[in-house]
Formats: sequence, C-alpha cells, structure tokens
Amino acid sequence: MTAAIELERIDKSFGSVHAVRDVSLAIEKGAITGIIGENGAGKSTLMSILYGLYHADAGTIRVDGQPVRMESPHDAIAHGIGMVHQHFMLIDSFTVLENVVLGAEGGPLLAKGTAAARSELERLSRDYGLTVDPDAVVAELSVGEQQRVEILKVLFRGARILILDEPSAVLTPQETDRLFRILATLKARGVTVVLITHKLREIMAATDRVYVMRQGRMVAVRATPETSPEELAELMVGRKVRLQLDKAPPHPGEVRLRAEHLGLIDRRGVRLLDDVSLELRAGEIVGIAGVSGNGQTELLQVLSGIRPPSRGTLTVCGRTIDAGHPGDPAEMRDLGVAHVPEDRQRQGMVAAFRASETAILGYHEQPQFSRTFLLNLPAVGAYCAKLMERFDVRPRVPGLRSSSFSGGNQQKLVLAREMAQQPKVLLVGQPTRGVDIGAIEFIHRELVKSRDAGCAVLVVSVELDEILSLADRILVMFAGKIVGEVTSGRADERTIGLMMAGARAPALGGAEGA
Amino acid sequence: MIRRPLPAWAEIVLLPLVNIALAFVTVGIIVRIIGVDPLHALVLLVVGAFGSAESIGYTLYYATNFIFTGLAVAVAFHGGLFNIGGEGQAYIGGLGCGLAVLALDRYLPIWLMIPVGIAAAALFGAAWAAVPAWLQAWRGSHIVITTIMFNFVAAALMVYLMVNVLIAPGSMTPQSRNFEPSAFMPAMGGNALNLSLALALVCCVAVWVFLWHTPWGYALRTMGHNPEAAVYAGTDLRRMIMLGMCLSGALAGLVGVNELMGVHHRIVLDFPAGYGFAGIAVSLMGRNHPLGIVLAAVLFGALQQGGAELSFDIPNITREMVVVIQGLVILFSGALVHLPRPWLQALFALRRSS
Repeated sequence: MTAAIELERIDKSFGSVHAVRDVSLAIEKGAITGIIGENGAGKSTLMSILYGLYHADAGTIRVDGQPVRMESPHDAIAHGIGMVHQHFMLIDSFTVLENVVLGAEGGPLLAKGTAAARSELERLSRDYGLTVDPDAVVAELSVGEQQRVEILKVLFRGARILILDEPSAVLTPQETDRLFRILATLKARGVTVVLITHKLREIMAATDRVYVMRQGRMVAVRATPETSPEELAELMVGRKVRLQLDKAPPHPGEVRLRAEHLGLIDRRGVRLLDDVSLELRAGEIVGIAGVSGNGQTELLQVLSGIRPPSRGTLTVCGRTIDAGHPGDPAEMRDLGVAHVPEDRQRQGMVAAFRASETAILGYHEQPQFSRTFLLNLPAVGAYCAKLMERFDVRPRVPGLRSSSFSGGNQQKLVLAREMAQQPKVLLVGQPTRGVDIGAIEFIHRELVKSRDAGCAVLVVSVELDEILSLADRILVMFAGKIVGEVTSGRADERTIGLMMAGARAPALGGAEGA
Repeated sequence: MIRRPLPAWAEIVLLPLVNIALAFVTVGIIVRIIGVDPLHALVLLVVGAFGSAESIGYTLYYATNFIFTGLAVAVAFHGGLFNIGGEGQAYIGGLGCGLAVLALDRYLPIWLMIPVGIAAAALFGAAWAAVPAWLQAWRGSHIVITTIMFNFVAAALMVYLMVNVLIAPGSMTPQSRNFEPSAFMPAMGGNALNLSLALALVCCVAVWVFLWHTPWGYALRTMGHNPEAAVYAGTDLRRMIMLGMCLSGALAGLVGVNELMGVHHRIVLDFPAGYGFAGIAVSLMGRNHPLGIVLAAVLFGALQQGGAELSFDIPNITREMVVVIQGLVILFSGALVHLPRPWLQALFALRRSS
C-alpha cells in the first residue's frame, strides 16, 4: 500500500478535554478510507488537524512520505488536500461558476479568470461525472447539487485528496447513492477519498478500509469487506449493541391530536405547510420522514403552539386552534403536549444555565418548583437529580452547566424533562441527532415505552433508518405537504426515498397520495 | 501550547485586578509624559479617595450612584437588552422624585415623604424606560438606538421644565425651590453620603433574589441567553422585555433619590452627570453580578473622588485628565477585559508544568 497521508502519534487537547490521543493512521492512495466513530470520538478534530484548522499538540503529518507542517487550510490546499464540510460554504446568490472561482479568481479582472475557470470546470464535470450547470444560481440548486459544487470547488483548487465530513447528513437516500457513485468515479480517476461518518451503512457501502475511533483513540482498522456493521458498532461503542429495536405491535386508542388542512404561509408568501392533515392516536408512534427543510420544522412549531397556523385547524385534547384562536407553548403544555425540539441547543435548553435550570424550562411556574414569589431551588435540584437518575444522564451533577454535557446527555435531559410530565401527546424532533449509538438505543426504548404507556408519539427525523425502526405509521413530507403514508410493516427504504424526493408513487404498496 | 481555562478565583479576582493594573500603568505613562511623578499622583489619588472619613464618605456617595446605574444595566443585560438610557432614566427619575417632594413635602412627615419620593423616582424612571421597551417589543425598534435618543429627549425636557415651569419664583438660576427638611434623605456622616447607600445595597440583594430566585428572573435570563428557548418555554417575550426594562429604568431612576433628596435638596439641571453611561462600564466590570457591581462602583467612586482631589493638588492634572484616567480604566476593564486572559493562562500553564 502506498500512503497518500500518514498521521503519526497525533495528540490534541482542548482545555481539560483530551480530544485526540496518540492517533496514527495511513490513508491509502487512490482508495476510499472511512473514519467512523460516535459524536465526540475525535474524527472531526483529527481531520481539522490534517486540514490545518487546528494545530496538533504532538505528532507528525506526512503527505506522500514527506513530513509537512499544516499551519492553515492554505498549506493543506497547497499539498493537494481539500475538504467538503458538513455545512456548505457557498454563497447562495452567486452562480456555480462564481462560487467555484471565489478565492481563486486568478487576477484583478474577473473575465479572464472566469473564462479559464469555465473550461476547467467543464473538464472536471466531464472527467468525474459531476454534472452541474455553471451558470445556475446556487440558491436554486438542490442540496445534492450544492454538494457537487462543493466537491468541484475543491477539485478546482487541484485537490488530489478529498475529505468529506458527514456528507450524507442532508441528502435523501437516492442522493446519497449518487454521491457514492461520484466517489467511486473519483477513486477510479486516482483521487484519494476520506469519508468521515457515524453511519455504518455508508461505511459498508462506500469504503475500502475503515478506521474506528472511540473517545479520541484509534481503536481498530478493518478492510471493509472483512467486517460487519455489528462488529463496527461494537468497536465504536466499546460493548455489544443491539441495532434492531424490539417492539410489540401498537394498540392505537382514541385520537389525541387532529390536524385538518393545516397551512402556514410566511411573510413573503411562501407556503411552508400546505394542506397538512394528520391524526395522532394514543398508543402509537407516527413517524414523519423527509429531507430536512421540507416543512417538518414548521409542522412541529405549529403542533407545539409556537406558531399559529395560517389555515386549517388543530384539535388537541379538546382545544381547537386556528388562525383566529392561536395557542401558545405554555397552553399546549397545560393541555398535555410535550415537545422535544429538533434543535436542543437552540431551543430545548439554555447552554449557560445549570442542568437543573434547563430541567424545568417551560415548567418553571409549576407549583412544585415555585412558591408564591420564589423558585424552590432545592426542589428544582432534587427534581433534576431524579431525572438524571431515571434517564441515566452523566455526569449526574445538577449544578453543572448544560453546555458541559455531551450531546447525548443533553438530549436525554431534555427528553427526561418532557417525558416526566407524563404527557398525552409527545412531539419529538430529531430524537437522536448528534447522539451516540449507546444513547440512541436508550432513547428509542424510552420512546417505545412511553407509547406502550398510552402516549401519542410523533417523531420527526431525517434519519430514515430511525423512522423505519421506530414508527408504527410513516408519513412522508415533501415541500410542505404530506405526500404519502406507509404502515411500518410495508415500509421499504426505496419507496419512501422516492417520496422524499417528491416523486409520487401511488402504485407502490401502502402508499397513498395526500 | 495548551490553553486551560483559568481557575475560578483567577477569573473573578485576578483578571479584573490585572485589568486595573494595566490601566494604571498606562495612566502612569501618560502622567509621566505631562511631567508628573506617577507614583506621587497615585498616592494622592488613593489618599484623596480613602485618606479620611470625609473622603471615604464622598467615595461611597459617588459609588451609590454607580451601584444604581450598574444594577440597571445588569438587569436589562440579563434579559439580553442593552439599556443605554440609564442617563435619561436617572434624570426623569429625579424629576419624579422632585415633583413628589414639591407637591407633598409641606404635608407629609419624613418617614412617609422619603418612601413616597423613592417610589416616585422608581416609577418615573421605569416609565421613561417603558417607552423604548414598548417600541422594541411591539414595533421592533432597536432598544439601543431608542434608549440613546431618549437620553437627549430627557435632557431637553428637563431644561424646558426647569427654565419655564419648575424654576423657583424670583430665581435667576434654573432650579426649583428648596425641599423642606422632611424630604431630606438622612445623612450618614457629615457630608454628601446619605441613606441612599443603604437603599442601593438593599437593591443589590433584591436584584440578586429577583434574577436567580424567582420565576420571572428565570424567564428573563432565559430570554437573555436564548430567546428561542424562551419562546419554546412559552414565555411572552414582549411582557418580559417590558418587565426587564421597567425594572432597569426604576433602578436608574433611584439616582435621583441620592442626588436630589440626598444632596441638592432641590431639582437642579444635569445632576446625572454621566452616571448612567458609567453604569455600563460598572456592570461590565462587575460581571453583571450585584456583588461585582458593588466592588466596581466603589472603584469608580474612588476614581471620581480621588480624581477630584488629584486635579485640585496638581495643576498639571486637569479635570479632563481625570476623565482620561477614568476612560482608561473603563477601556481596560470593559472593552479590553479579555486582553490579559491568554497571558494569565500561559502563566498558569507554566506554573503547572514546573
């Protein structure tokens, strides 16, 4: 094996956090190498060191056998290393061509540089099968196409080594497959690819070799054909993990929440929700599948009372909400609707608050927490400790700042807060986003438990695997509409994937257009 | 180089001290340039501020104003609101206090007059803050802009009222008639220091209880740290903006009690004298915590009092020079508050490794 990049005994700490411990790895030239690990395992830190965004405390980096110093991304690019970030770094109002030449304009006058760039871009598109219209405005491209622009940008700068950080986070399964085909073409043309992900399926589908990281250490390396998802999961977590969720058939009861023809139109007149009707019964889990940004966020906002609907009605436990009679989150909570928001950092907690303060967010006016004028801080602390105990939140310190907990533990705390109220309806957005495998298992089991206890659960997730394993019924959203419904037994990834991409598939089993 | 966070004590005690030290070193260089021995000047400053019972009294009297305006800034800040209008709110608070006194001081006994005066100051200060708050909450006008503009409105309004309406009959200067002794805030010691200091300390405790021990303080801080989480929690942001700003304005308004009922014993022009603006620096330096604000207020009071003594003793150091000194302290402990942190971190790392 000839190594394109070798990292030797890399070490990096942030304050008291030892993010990367004595890691060595070799990335084979012209192959696709996967790096897998849970959130916080150190994958991204390691790649940021390679890309010059961070400086290692110790260790050496070799490119093509030569030791190099990566002081900044500039050095990385000079050595032919390019990175495609999880969050795209594109300027929406520029064309593809303008985005590609940005920072590499090649002279004070644009015309000459862009002309050269255009022909280079055409060559790249042809050679690598990366078809994008160079004159399209980025804002009008699909997410998959935007990602292709990001890859083109990197190749345009002469990268021979491509690092992709969680590239499938925003893609449909079909778009992900397409991405993997592109990666295969790149590989065939001699480009070295590094794929960072926490999704086992993608590692198995796309890579030649896989490195596994856990708690900052490199714990294993495997040739992909010789390993299995089960083995990788066990290596990532450090113990045996059950990937399959056991659950009994549902026993749906009365309708707890009914949405009829909900519409939401923003100030610019854009239809964010369009004629959404759904029913949520006691004792069932309904999953909302869809690529992020197709109205799921807005649906949760309307159902939880944060935004009033522009059209249609929402009936929750006997209360009817419409444009003229808006609800508010406090009222919805009183009605028994609990809400685990999609973005716990931005909505579900206050980073600077102690865990105990986050544990009563939204419930702080309940008599158990506040006497006439004063908060009962000892009671709040004891309550938080109880939640931490029940949901295994670590470390079990109610006085610690909320931001000091890992993503999984933050999520468990938010979930604990909402479930502890024994709600009639539980709305959950992205239950396991940024959560490690061990915690995913736990969170899924808790959601099923609360279903079995008679709660009506609505789960919104962009992770199709999660929807497939959790939901009893699946609704697919596209462009603000519910475009299909599938019962879980008959669900298959391909059908749902097509619906997520907007293709109606009335002929396929279990799917009915809305 | 590994940068560990500083230990808590260094963060709270050492860092501000280093900031102040840096400010004084810079001041020393400037003082040297204008031909004065910096050490001599420093001694005069400290003696001027703390050298006698009288100078301590003045220092604490100034500190009282800084506590009020510092608390005002801090309360709003915990709600994510930058109240730059402390100056105007203090001014109008004084107006309220003065109007109540002028109307009632001939009828009420002192034990009733003083609480009424305090309440009027707080009420008028709150009302003056309520207008920008309302504009922010319902109309989206940025509170920084509106509170700044309300300072000018307050100043213009006061000049008009003092010149045309409230001026004492037969007086040549724009000031009201003298208050009756029933409206004199009882003095503590022989000079300007009065019971308002006790009121300020009570306010510190009250602010601490409000922010960290009541459901409203909790909701206000939630809004300040993360408005989206506050909406998610069902907090009415508009009401919270009103609450935070009105409390803030009320605290600033209490400067009027210290100045008018405590010292001037009549309504005069320009009594807020920049305390409202300095409150921003006091709050910043005191880390928006009542205890820190008391300490910062004493420092600012000392600079005010010691600076006055300094300019009296050394002709080269003019009033303006004293303002420069204060400005540098504000600069280093406010705007440049994070400047020495990396140095201290490096120092701690060195000590740990050796």
